[in-house]
Amino acid sequence: MLLDKFQSMAGVRAELEAIGIVPFGAVTEKITSATEGVVNGHQVILAGTNNYLGMSFDTRCIASAQAAAETWGTGTTGSRMANGTFAEHIALEQELAQFYGVDQAIVFTTGYAATQGMCATLAGPGDVILLDADSHASIYAGAQLSGAEIIRFKHSDTNDLEKRLRRLGDRTGNTLIVVEGIYSMLGDVAPLKEIAELKRRYGGYLLVDEAHSMGVLGEHGRGAAEAAGVEDDVDFIAGTFSKSLGATGGFCVSRHALLEAIRFSVRSYIFTASATPGVIASVRTALKIITAEPQRRERLWENAQLLYTGLKQLGLAVGPSVSPVVAVTIEDRVEALQSWQKLLEAGVYVNLVVPPASPSEKSMLRCSVSAAHSPEQIDHIIAAFAAVNAARPVGIPVA
Amino acid sequence: MPNYNIYVDYIYTVLRTIKQDVEFTENTDLVTELGLSSLQVMELIEHIEDHFDISISLNILPDINTVGDLARKLQELNG
Repeated sequence: MLLDKFQSMAGVRAELEAIGIVPFGAVTEKITSATEGVVNGHQVILAGTNNYLGMSFDTRCIASAQAAAETWGTGTTGSRMANGTFAEHIALEQELAQFYGVDQAIVFTTGYAATQGMCATLAGPGDVILLDADSHASIYAGAQLSGAEIIRFKHSDTNDLEKRLRRLGDRTGNTLIVVEGIYSMLGDVAPLKEIAELKRRYGGYLLVDEAHSMGVLGEHGRGAAEAAGVEDDVDFIAGTFSKSLGATGGFCVSRHALLEAIRFSVRSYIFTASATPGVIASVRTALKIITAEPQRRERLWENAQLLYTGLKQLGLAVGPSVSPVVAVTIEDRVEALQSWQKLLEAGVYVNLVVPPASPSEKSMLRCSVSAAHSPEQIDHIIAAFAAVNAARPVGIPVA
Repeated sequence: MPNYNIYVDYIYTVLRTIKQDVEFTENTDLVTELGLSSLQVMELIEHIEDHFDISISLNILPDINTVGDLARKLQELNG
């Protein structure tokens, strides 16, 4: 029967609810700052919100959103190609293009719509999408919609990427290489310098999703491509407003003049309502702030260093390098579930990631650091992990 | 170019590293019988790609259920 395939998911949820663990769809009942709130009845430090620069509670962004709602109303009630392009959307596109030093930018309603839409549109039947194995679901979804041949390469393995480019022969001219700046699960940075060099050697087009690296990497916060010094090699940069810019929405910028024509081929742009004026206004203000206040990025990395080092010293299996995403890998799903719940009870909210959402068969307790975290809050997060670890007979089994 | 039987033999070799003490045939279903997770299926694909120096498109996966399906598809695509 049609709905039978959902029975196993319903069973898992019922099992978890019976033991009082509700990890997915946890309810945030109150937010008191960029780093604190009440989740599932627990007063917590928010350590799993991707709010890297702490912009979600910036008073200037809030004021911009309020003013825009007064001026433009609560919603656009239409798509960008119909009645949903307001002057605010155009202004933001111009400011994003300026931020990245290119001529073309498209603003989308969500980050998912941006990456999914661009992947689905740039490549088509007869083309090839060569994507990193650990790519976000929106990239896989776009690739599937594109009708292109989808080939994945081993995560951040440039030898494997090169083999696949070589095998493509003269088809590389019809190939879109898709990678992320910082990978969302383990927080590792793509080897963009090497990837750009391969693209130069073999051909093809390169799209970098800077969702987790915009505002985080690079001298001006433009992301991993800026940090690697390869912006001229990147054909398309996609990203989101829902992380470093503290709102919601997505974008794509490009040095290719044809982006303006591509805009009118992207279904996730054409057939959905545009972002609300309040969101666009807050993003415009946030973009100005992160440009003018690079010290936010410095604080973020100081906090990332503190958390990464603290959790590593506990003997936990953290990622390969210091990053604003600090993921603790745990072999067993039930252990991960129980640890997530205990952290919540100890006043710390992190993301629980279990297969198939995790990049391996293992589960993860994924933390994301914010510039807005105080050193005391970082200490509290580390202490909560230590307490949860110590409460177990053999500690959290490290990977 | 490898033929169907060479592909089947190599798939068996890889499957033995993933699922020990299990007998395989060309009709063995990778997911419903062997219980391979999506990550294990990708692991199998990566081994085949490295061994034969080919890239396997993800687009073929929905049509693959059994060892034989995979070997036939590989032969069809790569000779």
